[in-house]
Amino acid sequence: MTDLAPRPDALPAPPIVRRPGKQLLVVALIAIAAALVPLFVTSPSRMNLAILILMAAQLGVAWNILGGYAGQISLGHAAFFGIGAYSATLLFTNFDVSPWIGIPAGGLVAAAIGLVVGWSCFRLKGHYFAMATIAVAEIVQIAFNNWEYAGAAVGLSLPMVKRGWSTMIFNDKASYYYLALGLLVFSLLINFAIERSFLGYYFRAIKDEPDAARSLGVSLTLFKQLALFASSFLTALGGGLYAFKELYIDPPSVLSTGLSIKMALAAILGGVGTLFGPVIGAVILTAIEEGSRTLLGGSGRGTDLILYALIIIGVAIYYPRGILGWFTDRSTHRKARERAAQRDVVVEGAGDAAH
Amino acid sequence: MPSTDILLQTLLSGILIGLIYALVAIGLTIIFGVMDVVNFSHGEFLMLGMYSSFWLFALFALDPLLTLPLTAMMLFVFGYLLYRLVIRRITDAPMLSQIFTTFGLMILLRGLAQYFWKPDFRSISHSSVEGQIAIGGIQIGLPQFVAGIGAIVVTIAVHQFITRTRTGAALEATASDRDAARLMGIDSQKMFAIAWGIGAACAGVAGVLLSTFFPIFPEVGANFILIAFVVVNLGGFGSVLGALWAGIIVGVVEVMGGLLLGPQYKLALVLALFLGVLMWRPQGLMGKA
Repeated sequence: MTDLAPRPDALPAPPIVRRPGKQLLVVALIAIAAALVPLFVTSPSRMNLAILILMAAQLGVAWNILGGYAGQISLGHAAFFGIGAYSATLLFTNFDVSPWIGIPAGGLVAAAIGLVVGWSCFRLKGHYFAMATIAVAEIVQIAFNNWEYAGAAVGLSLPMVKRGWSTMIFNDKASYYYLALGLLVFSLLINFAIERSFLGYYFRAIKDEPDAARSLGVSLTLFKQLALFASSFLTALGGGLYAFKELYIDPPSVLSTGLSIKMALAAILGGVGTLFGPVIGAVILTAIEEGSRTLLGGSGRGTDLILYALIIIGVAIYYPRGILGWFTDRSTHRKARERAAQRDVVVEGAGDAAH
Repeated sequence: MPSTDILLQTLLSGILIGLIYALVAIGLTIIFGVMDVVNFSHGEFLMLGMYSSFWLFALFALDPLLTLPLTAMMLFVFGYLLYRLVIRRITDAPMLSQIFTTFGLMILLRGLAQYFWKPDFRSISHSSVEGQIAIGGIQIGLPQFVAGIGAIVVTIAVHQFITRTRTGAALEATASDRDAARLMGIDSQKMFAIAWGIGAACAGVAGVLLSTFFPIFPEVGANFILIAFVVVNLGGFGSVLGALWAGIIVGVVEVMGGLLLGPQYKLALVLALFLGVLMWRPQGLMGKA
């Protein structure tokens, strides 16, 4: 019956309960370290790269709540990003609403639309859900492309009126950097709170064992809706910030399917369903993207695309659990081996004592 | 309201383009039916078919209709090898890995096309199919007409192959129950590879047929992949005949919608149809519940 014995290389399930204090400490350390960056980096292009990384990380964290924790693979999150960006911009330019109110308002608009999308799409499973989200996002993009009030295909520009914290329009990159960092920390804390609360357990249950969860009376749709609500709200906040950083938005820049894919990719590369996975993924992804663009791009020959694609395929095939997942696997492996070794020692010792 | 002639002409061109959509979707639906993987790079298989047609025409002055079997064979080998070398590794992987592997292939093939063949728009002029024909007072482009006829011939041939041959039966057996088929001595790995080969060949043939009247460029697949998803869903995943009918419906809805609402809304209309079908009949029109 050797087949029934656990194989030495079999992985125990990763522990669900992690040390909360340690994670909060990591968030705090990242925040402090990141807050110091503008003191050392002065080049505007480098600062811009740092902002891009923070924004990509925040979007990955937001996507991960629905895609990673609750296991609903959305490939249409650009719709929420774009709705956030457009709402905040229109409120600011047409109604003089401060971005401090307009961006969260955009978040609520996106979350409300998310509820409608979820209501209709959450009965779909797996591929069907993913494809439906692509379709929804494409429809949103077509709508904005033809909506005159929202600038149609030309897009919208934000007026360079009063600068400063009240309008969120700055001359320097550092202010945008701190805004992006603040939003990332905020998103991480929300994600952390979800992971620690009963919600985290429910999300994992509907991801891993949907039938079992339903048989225990868990309303799958309700918890998927909650995950989507948090995820779409945070994604739209990212969109609002993007609009005030770039001061110009149009459908291709804030509503494209490519953007949806990037959000998912950051989470997948770093490790889905982990708190810091999307942050690691976003750092690597943005570095690769910008690096290959500056090194190889510009030739218009698609070398950067090829490299990007090879990395996606490589990770998807060989590290499906992402970089963090790979590390956890390795450390659980090692601990399992150490435990096994200890057990052997104990057993040998017991044998000696019997002599 | 447009005149009857215009409506009829639009209807016919909708049916003709719909037949091409059907052919693209059939490749996708076979791959999905046999091994439950959604191929996001399917539009790029079509792009390869178009370029194959273009280069054989530009370099050797071979007519697209003549080179069609050659392209079909090349794409079959391509799909077969792609399975053996790459897709094989994700047969039992989580859905996320499958989506992103084929998605990565999509970007990779586009990048390679851009690298080797430049991002320019190309087209085939002065092929054997050119000009217009009149059918009962309706004018229709000859390339579109030939493409539609070609697509329906290939679709029926694929359907016959699957329902009438031993290999086809083995494919169907693998699709309905992989493990039972394996117990019957069917090599499922080989069946998966054949499914990818046939799927790629169908997309390649559609590419050749399109190449006589559609611009050829590295991102051309993006125009077709979403529509192919819609057709596959509408027809029912894994159903060849379903895809044929669904292709025609989508083609007509698209072209008619473009005529009545304006061309900018035709894709939105098709996608709305797609969502509607997903909601109310997720198994598709011809799929089993």
